[in-house]
Amino acid sequence: MLYAILCYAHEETVFAWSKEEEASVMERLHAVQEPLAKAGKLGPVGRLMPTTAATTVRKGKDEPLVLDGPFAETKEVLLGFYTAEFDSLDEAVAFSKELSAVNPGSSSYEIRPFYVFHPNEIKTAEGGSS
Amino acid sequence: MTDLAYIELALTAARPQALGALLRYFRDLDMAEEAFQEACLRAIRTWPDKGPPRDPAAWLIFVGRNSGVDQIRKRAKNEPLPEEAAFSDLSDAEENIADRLDNAHYRDDILRLMFICCHPDLPNTQQIALALRIVSGLTVPQIARAFLVSESAMEQRITRAKGRVAKAGVAFETPDVHERAERLKTVTSMIYLVFNEGYSAGITNPESAAFCDEAIRLVRLLLRIFPAEPEVMGLTALMLLQHSRAGARFDDEGQIVLLEDQDRSRWDRQLITEALAMLDKAIRHRKPGPYQVQAAISALHARASHPEETDWGEITLLYELLEKLAPSPVITLNRAVALSKLKGPDAALDLIEPLAEKLDGYFYFHGVRGALLMQTGKSGEARIAFDRAITLANSPAECAHIRQQLDKLNTPMTQTV
Repeated sequence: MLYAILCYAHEETVFAWSKEEEASVMERLHAVQEPLAKAGKLGPVGRLMPTTAATTVRKGKDEPLVLDGPFAETKEVLLGFYTAEFDSLDEAVAFSKELSAVNPGSSSYEIRPFYVFHPNEIKTAEGGSS
Repeated sequence: MTDLAYIELALTAARPQALGALLRYFRDLDMAEEAFQEACLRAIRTWPDKGPPRDPAAWLIFVGRNSGVDQIRKRAKNEPLPEEAAFSDLSDAEENIADRLDNAHYRDDILRLMFICCHPDLPNTQQIALALRIVSGLTVPQIARAFLVSESAMEQRITRAKGRVAKAGVAFETPDVHERAERLKTVTSMIYLVFNEGYSAGITNPESAAFCDEAIRLVRLLLRIFPAEPEVMGLTALMLLQHSRAGARFDDEGQIVLLEDQDRSRWDRQLITEALAMLDKAIRHRKPGPYQVQAAISALHARASHPEETDWGEITLLYELLEKLAPSPVITLNRAVALSKLKGPDAALDLIEPLAEKLDGYFYFHGVRGALLMQTGKSGEARIAFDRAITLANSPAECAHIRQQLDKLNTPMTQTV
């Protein structure tokens, strides 16, 4: 089975880390991931920029709404994600609006730029039909 | 990271929100600070065993408010009861904390806390010191070391500044849209002052260089409570871009390295990508402002992996826009530097000649003028300009930089590029 593991934390604290603290945390996290990566079982791993860099596309009455900031509702939950490369935020917003237009639910799309992205390929993928 | 270090970070992170709310309850800065301090002490005692609460700010507000009320009651035994207006909404102290986490309130609390540090009577350095003490929670010795003054002098300065703030009275009513926009503008420029204090210190004083990180933390906080303000996004991008060059701005001897001579591989790519993302967000609003334009100029430098690839044409245009948005001779001077790259030193000298009177007391004007004169081969005039610059230098690093330029004049075989 393929799993997604999502990381949540207090961003005020995390982004107040000094460079040394940051480096030591990353090193420890990397050590945990390494055996999985060596076994060919680790997929893409990324670190997101703070939520101040986020933009959210939400279903509007006629047109989808583009809002600054992260997705802040508590009734909806995370159901999926995309990773894609765009030349500008405008392109990312346009793509998200297209998704919103064909998605019948009250879907929202939170656009978050990556700080770091490791594409790691999974070599033994089972389950999670593509 | 040890538990205590983590708790300390969490307390610092929660400080503006918690202290801002306590200030609203008690309407007195000293009382609010005392209550916050007490809540922090209790946090340090209880969090290591019980684990930190899910919402540290809400916990600190709740505990701080109760301890503040206790204090008032204790004092009341010896003194007549304080008037009800001295502290507000105490009746609902038992209400569910979660219900009180009203974003709109907290937004104004944090803004008010920052805004009281920007009193127009306070000179810039006092605004910075007060903000670092009250909003950031830096200790007096820390701030004193950064400003290179004794602890007692800094203590006095901060006490005096607080007295002024208290005397001026703080507007506790919820600000209207116009007032909020005004406060936001004032606070935004105060944060940039904090940043510049650190930026100009560079590596000569690590204590104040840390102000850059602090200013970035504050502007991110401001952006989280005002997510749709393009100028706040612009300032965030601008500071991130300027800070990305921290590792390349000085050589091993602490001498200034000019932008075009910096080792660009030492620029912090992570800060640059975040800045570009912020700028992208800001531009979508189509409401250009001075911070956004300055960030856009800085971004053009960041995008060029070699100085020769710099888009000077675009930079000149952006400086023209900046002159329209915020006219100032300093900006014209900057445009002249960009113009010299595009059209040569003579065009730039023509542009800055009319500024001579206004900028006569400005180090950078004489430095730039000297460099332009040197490029046109007018060594004598260049030397006069550099001599004038040296007398106006603000730091040993600036002085040393001009001396280097003078050395170049004395060895005419070296061609300046």
